[in-house]
Amino acid sequence: MSELEKPLRAELTVEYPFTRTTGKVIGAFMTGLREKRLFGIKRSDGSVLVPPLEYDPVSSEPLTEMVEVSQSGVVETWTWIDPPRPQSPWDDPHALALIRLDGTDTSMLHAVLVGSRSEMRTGMRVTAQWKEERVGHIADLKGFIQETEEVHS
Amino acid sequence: MTDPNSPPASLSEEVEIPESISGLEPVRSVRSPIRLIYDFVPSPPVQEYLRSYKKKKILGHRSPIDGAVFVPPRGVDPRHGVLIEESVELSDTGHVGNFCITHLPIPGRDDLDTPYVSAWIHLDGANVGFLGLVSGCENDEVHIGMRVQAVWKEEEELGNTAENILYWKPTGEPAVPIEKAGNRAWDQADE
Amino acid sequence: MKKLAIARGIKQMSKSNSFRDVAVVSVASHQTKTLSEVNEVQLMADLISNCRKSAGVTQEEIGFTCSGSSDFLAGQAFSFVHTLDSVGAFPPISESHVEMDGAFALYEAWVKLQIGEVDTALVYSYGKPSAGSVIDVLATQLDPYYVSPLWPDCFSLAALQARVLLDKGLITLEKMAEISMRSQKNGFNNPNAVRSSKDVSLENLMNEPAIVDPLRASDIAEIADGGCAVILAAGDKAKSFCERPAWIKGIDHRVDSHTLGVRDLTRSPSAFLAAEKAGRNADRLDLAEIHGMTSTQELILEKEFDLSEETLVNLSGGCLASDTMMASGLIRISEVASRIISGQVDRGLAHATSGPCLQQNLVCILEGE
Repeated sequence: MSELEKPLRAELTVEYPFTRTTGKVIGAFMTGLREKRLFGIKRSDGSVLVPPLEYDPVSSEPLTEMVEVSQSGVVETWTWIDPPRPQSPWDDPHALALIRLDGTDTSMLHAVLVGSRSEMRTGMRVTAQWKEERVGHIADLKGFIQETEEVHS
Repeated sequence: MTDPNSPPASLSEEVEIPESISGLEPVRSVRSPIRLIYDFVPSPPVQEYLRSYKKKKILGHRSPIDGAVFVPPRGVDPRHGVLIEESVELSDTGHVGNFCITHLPIPGRDDLDTPYVSAWIHLDGANVGFLGLVSGCENDEVHIGMRVQAVWKEEEELGNTAENILYWKPTGEPAVPIEKAGNRAWDQADE
Repeated sequence: MKKLAIARGIKQMSKSNSFRDVAVVSVASHQTKTLSEVNEVQLMADLISNCRKSAGVTQEEIGFTCSGSSDFLAGQAFSFVHTLDSVGAFPPISESHVEMDGAFALYEAWVKLQIGEVDTALVYSYGKPSAGSVIDVLATQLDPYYVSPLWPDCFSLAALQARVLLDKGLITLEKMAEISMRSQKNGFNNPNAVRSSKDVSLENLMNEPAIVDPLRASDIAEIADGGCAVILAAGDKAKSFCERPAWIKGIDHRVDSHTLGVRDLTRSPSAFLAAEKAGRNADRLDLAEIHGMTSTQELILEKEFDLSEETLVNLSGGCLASDTMMASGLIRISEVASRIISGQVDRGLAHATSGPCLQQNLVCILEGE
């Protein structure tokens, strides 16, 4: 092989279609998303997990009591995604954040849709924004947007 | 044995679904496709093999331990975990070491008419075989030991690809005896 | 290096008298930005063969072989089967594989040695992240319903963790840069380091822009191709292979919840617990090789492992110098072991991680006589 020859290369695509069954708890959460509602699940101490888990992360006991939760909350931490990953639901740069919805005790991961990272702050209040067409998928949520009214805690 | 007709019971009591969605058709599954793209760069032995293949030359690798010839070449003798440096050119004739007649079509391979014969092709001078398509005769004429010859693509269609050989056709020569065909040759003591 | 001054009293492991003494007797590793001259199989054939030669053992004599690698990283199902060509697995060998870092393969081999059926083991792991997109590959390990479809990459998740640390005042941007600087300077003496610099300055690092807010490029692991091979042996066998074996005094691994939202991201309780169970506190630590993918994760680990001034950290440069997915953890073990074998240190902690934000952690305590 001459040194001038560039190494041969080929693009290899590994693709999996995957359709996953949800079970009762995750299924109910997804149904909620389709209906523009957010649900959590209660632990035995009354605290609320969002998104809902089927088993308590500490005691491992099965969880059964699902509750509807607020669509607004607080950004607990964030980072800026630019450029978005090719398979992510977003085409434009956005924030990725852990958001604690009001009245819940754990945070959920999703996007915060602002124009630039200078608009992001830990502690800012955000509210859910939904897609027009929803199927029961985490991406039924377009993301979260800045709450327009100031809320004084 | 569990009853396949009754799905596994949840460990918990019935899940309390929120009022607002009770009665609505529940979501039972989510689509979560994955697509990962790789930039595959073959190792130098395979690069050399592919470039030679384009010129209708088949390269093998000769083991420094006992001279066994492996094709396609992978840079190591798999029995000893030893690097191989020596290439050897092999002819495009050999025999069928083993074979199978497939009746089911493969998704994405509309060019393969079923039933077709996939075979382990043992080239003259090589100690191991590799997968090839056998054609140019009736499927039920294929037998272990059957001598075959490569049918290459047209000159202008050749590329750095395993697809250069369209299939292996019988030469009509007398078959290799079954005790010496395919991997059975490994059991024979080398002179 | 001064010898252990403390009299050898009851050690952690003697609580159970069924533990066999197992040691690392030989190591070999190689990391580089991109493996272009050889593929994984050729790389490992070389490393494994060198590792066996150093110990003076043949594959026939090895009781058990265990490897760690990722098919998703390689883009091929059963990719590790190809790499068995490097071992020379004929006649057939007793072999296992974990779809995890080689450190966990070492744990499996250690367990096998404890059972007593074999006295020697070969452990190896490798990765070629240059061929694909390692950050997308890692996104597929996350919750398939709630998280993975959002395709968050591992550095963005580490960035979320970093911001919590900064917001709570637990670390500073300067402290992060000090870690990056330490890594680059230490890496300068490591032939496996892809990123290193003899005279990088704190000022340069502090002036870098954040590329995954708040992480700068120098705060993030330097992805590299590479592999590692290690030979384990028990009792007298170990002494026959190596003058000063690196004895595994304790090894343990623990895992936290996979759900990011339920975790306190400023901590890694599983790392803390694994270190405790492995016997981190039984004596002083001369060296710690910790597997943190970012400067911020190294800071968390230093705290979980209670590393003080007397412990040198990441003499290899760690992942900020060179990070090979699937091999970095085993390489941390090999770095501690080789320095014990050569007499440079007496007791060390090696750590391996898996999962997002230090979710799963393995700690191995090694000691030389």
